Amino acid sequence: MLLPGLILILVYSYGPMAGIAIAFQKFFPTTGVFGSKWVGLDNFEYVFKLPSFANVLRNTVFISFMKIVVGQIVPIVVALLLNEIVRKAYKRTVQTFIYLPHFLSWVILGGVLVDILSPSEGIVNHLLASFGAAKPIFFLADNRWFPYVLVMSDVWKDFGFSTIVYLAALTSINPALYEAAVVDGANRWKQTLHITLPGMVPIVVLMATLSLGQILNAGFDQVFNLYSPIVYESGDILDTFVYRLGLVEFQYGVATAVGLFKSVVSLLFIAGSYYLAYRYANYRIF
Amino acid sequence: MVQQKSAARTLFTAFNYTFLGALALLCIAPLVHIFAVSFSASSAATAGLVGLWPVEFTTKSYGFVMENDLFLRAMLVSIQRVALGVTIGIGLCVLIAYPLSKEVKDFRFRTAYVWVFVFTMLFHGGLIPSYIVVKETGIMNTIWALVLPGAVNVFNCILLLNFFRALPKELLEASFIDGAGHSSTLWRVVLPVSTPALATITLFAVVGHWNQWFDGLIYINDPKRLPLQSYLQTIIVQKDFSELTAEDLANVGIVSDRTVKAAQIFLGSLPILLVYPFLQKYFMSGIVMGSVKE
Repeated sequence: MLLPGLILILVYSYGPMAGIAIAFQKFFPTTGVFGSKWVGLDNFEYVFKLPSFANVLRNTVFISFMKIVVGQIVPIVVALLLNEIVRKAYKRTVQTFIYLPHFLSWVILGGVLVDILSPSEGIVNHLLASFGAAKPIFFLADNRWFPYVLVMSDVWKDFGFSTIVYLAALTSINPALYEAAVVDGANRWKQTLHITLPGMVPIVVLMATLSLGQILNAGFDQVFNLYSPIVYESGDILDTFVYRLGLVEFQYGVATAVGLFKSVVSLLFIAGSYYLAYRYANYRIF
Repeated sequence: MVQQKSAARTLFTAFNYTFLGALALLCIAPLVHIFAVSFSASSAATAGLVGLWPVEFTTKSYGFVMENDLFLRAMLVSIQRVALGVTIGIGLCVLIAYPLSKEVKDFRFRTAYVWVFVFTMLFHGGLIPSYIVVKETGIMNTIWALVLPGAVNVFNCILLLNFFRALPKELLEASFIDGAGHSSTLWRVVLPVSTPALATITLFAVVGHWNQWFDGLIYINDPKRLPLQSYLQTIIVQKDFSELTAEDLANVGIVSDRTVKAAQIFLGSLPILLVYPFLQKYFMSGIVMGSVKE
């Protein structure tokens, strides 16, 4: 029964892993993996010395770290607030709306953002102007703004969906604790402070730990659909860098080396975060 | 729960309802705005007069898109891709999840196999080697390049695996006692009681395939075979609107680059908006199943 799946995964997941050999070669598609010259660590040496590489790495970690932090805080707060809503219908309507952007692709949302953030036609700059802003802001073409646009739009897309996990955690807190607190005279705020928040700590720690494994994934789909050469300085990340090196400039060996670097570091981070999650939160994936 | 009716509480409740309402609107306002732009006259759109409601309502932009041969082809490719990709993906998922849901005593190498699959979630060969493998297997520029490389979705398999494991043991035992083998047990007993889990992963697979664009961009060279999202990526985001020349604009008069793009963005997200109500019914349980476990 396992056979078809196994074959596909061997070809398309383990096949590329064997292709990592390219990272240590001066690779030409015409000669293939077996006919290309081995160059040891030359590709790595070359790329680590590129000034743009340090910049790309810094961008990746910065953008990703910001997304992790803001992307955790917002859904926690929203889940706490949603939990206070008594009217079922209102709660469900809010949920329906905030989950929606998660299901649209970054192509669609990229198109939407490019339109609304446009300096000349975009509604955001029109609104800013009507509030008295003198000059339009080039959100997607200004290195000061671009990383924050990435973080904000990423949080906008996914905070709703992330609240699901925290809402689930909230419902699993023992109601008897709240009853006891009411008897002791605690108001809603006191209850939140002393019961809800401590009750959420394990899941928050778990989600934070797991997200650390993704620190080198700053969001290829999003960046690719929003960036332009003007903002490479602040917005270029490892994945977009690999794409341009490899599939635009055809430097297969170098691009594979960067990809391998990313895969290895990611593996260490993911394995580390899974271990921590397993050790301290008893989390298992299967 | 006992509610205390203090002034502070009332104030907080009012604030909370307003704040969350505003937040919910903020999430869909940009989408509604694009929708409004797509139905507006180009002059109004360019002048920035369109808010959340179309100005000088017109469907000209949609007419323009509908006459675009490449757009319609791309839509067709996407539909084909979803049908093929989801069928194969779910089929494989079931075939993988069922044996792996067995205990080690029934399936000796279970743990080893599980790791073979899970390892692919942890480590990737990277973009370039994957690209070369797809090229070498000769599926470039065919729909198989969009379906096969990602056909085994390990995350979905694990969701299903966990669901199968939670099924009551007695149910399967009864089936075996009645003389059924593994395949008929899977087909006649396990799958029929697994509809919620299957529906969850099916909907996720539909959304995933519909939204995927990058593989189309790198594996498909022929513009006529691009799936919709990849096609949209090339025209919306890469800001290349070569098909729509100045003459076209002058002829059509009322459509503009912007309203046409808005129309295409809306059409590209339409299928998701249509399955969304069904999706919402299932994903809560699906996601919780995958992320929080006792």
